[in-house]
Amino acid sequence: MMRPYQPKENVQKKAYYTDRFWVAPRIPEEPVPEESPYADDLAAVKKVCKVLNAYIQRGQLVIYVSHEDNVAALKALKEARGYEMLSELSAVDFLAQRGGFEVFYQLLNLSGARRLRVKCFVKENQAVESVEPLFRSADWAEREMWDLMGVKVNNHPYLKRLIMPDDWEGHPLRKDYPLEGDEFAQWYEVDKIFGKEARDIIGPENRDPGRVDRYDTERFARLGHEVPRGAPAEMADKEEETPLSYQEEEGVFLIEKFSEENSKVLDKRK
Amino acid sequence: MAQHQVNYAQSGGLPVALTTVDKLLNWGRSNSLWALTYGLACCAIEMMASGASRYDFDRFGVIFRASPRQADVMIVAGTLTKKHAEFIRRLYDQMTEPKWVISMGSCANTGGMFNTYATVQGADRVIPVDLYLPGCAPRPETLQYAMMLLQQKIRRESANKSQKPKRLV
Repeated sequence: MMRPYQPKENVQKKAYYTDRFWVAPRIPEEPVPEESPYADDLAAVKKVCKVLNAYIQRGQLVIYVSHEDNVAALKALKEARGYEMLSELSAVDFLAQRGGFEVFYQLLNLSGARRLRVKCFVKENQAVESVEPLFRSADWAEREMWDLMGVKVNNHPYLKRLIMPDDWEGHPLRKDYPLEGDEFAQWYEVDKIFGKEARDIIGPENRDPGRVDRYDTERFARLGHEVPRGAPAEMADKEEETPLSYQEEEGVFLIEKFSEENSKVLDKRK
Repeated sequence: MAQHQVNYAQSGGLPVALTTVDKLLNWGRSNSLWALTYGLACCAIEMMASGASRYDFDRFGVIFRASPRQADVMIVAGTLTKKHAEFIRRLYDQMTEPKWVISMGSCANTGGMFNTYATVQGADRVIPVDLYLPGCAPRPETLQYAMMLLQQKIRRESANKSQKPKRLV
């Protein structure tokens, strides 16, 4: 079967986020089949807390619970249903749409070879309870979630930034965090090392990859076009080619120059 | 008893080398550039390859040292993150004078492709740089050539460089 042809000339101009009628594709959600291991998992969770929504997505069960019930749901799944491994834990930013984060816990049942996802929604000013007592792998994952997303975790043994420096401001993986950093991020190393008063001397970062001054000899020269640092502009303007020299022409003090006449080339093994 | 008349000046047998102190010091410095083992990212692999037998940095007198106190040249090989900027400055300050810095690869030169909040946009925002190597990552030959250029630079300049007052971070 051949794929239908789609014109691709303007594919860059028509980015999906400028298309008003573009609908993000969703992975189909199927109801949980009765009399399956997943139905038993769901029933085990329903025993201990209220389930807001549950469905099968890509062959994996997804259970929505309230953010206060996350520990109860995970405990039931771990102890009654054999989900003894927490393979992943993080948050998804829905601040613009719903004013909060979707925290998910990806679980694995090793003996049954089943994966299951527990999700809960937290508002920006709310916190989730730590699941570190249940799963040791949640320790760093929750620290990372706090560091990069800013989702607070209650009763975590050591809730400290994991990836960013300790004195960092802001949570960089949020959608409203600029990729090139806010003012704090852009001056971070200058402020920390030299102090704020050095900002004027060092100057702002050059973040425009298009702004490459080929005559800027302070920063770059091509190989074979070397110019001394801080050379006057008229010198750089000529861009005379300098031969690739490995030593000074007149030779180096105390070092003998290699001469091909006096060297011996072995053309076969001894 | 045989009388041997040796004209030392003509036959090249004079057991004295005439030179300036500058030349002598620069000869020593340029031929024993001990580099700080400072691999930050993938450029470090090329730096290691330069040190290994095929490219053999030892024959230039470039020996990698694991301590800034024993190093003369710092090869910033890789992406410099903002979290690490403080430490590169500290290591640079701990190196004894005279000292030189080679910024190896696009990331250390300008931040490279990492136009993000977490990357220092050029190591020269934090420490003074003598040589910039283009490439991602530069091949060992490029680093070798840079070392030779640095040697030339050292031989050119005055041995008694004025030492700038240090600033503790």
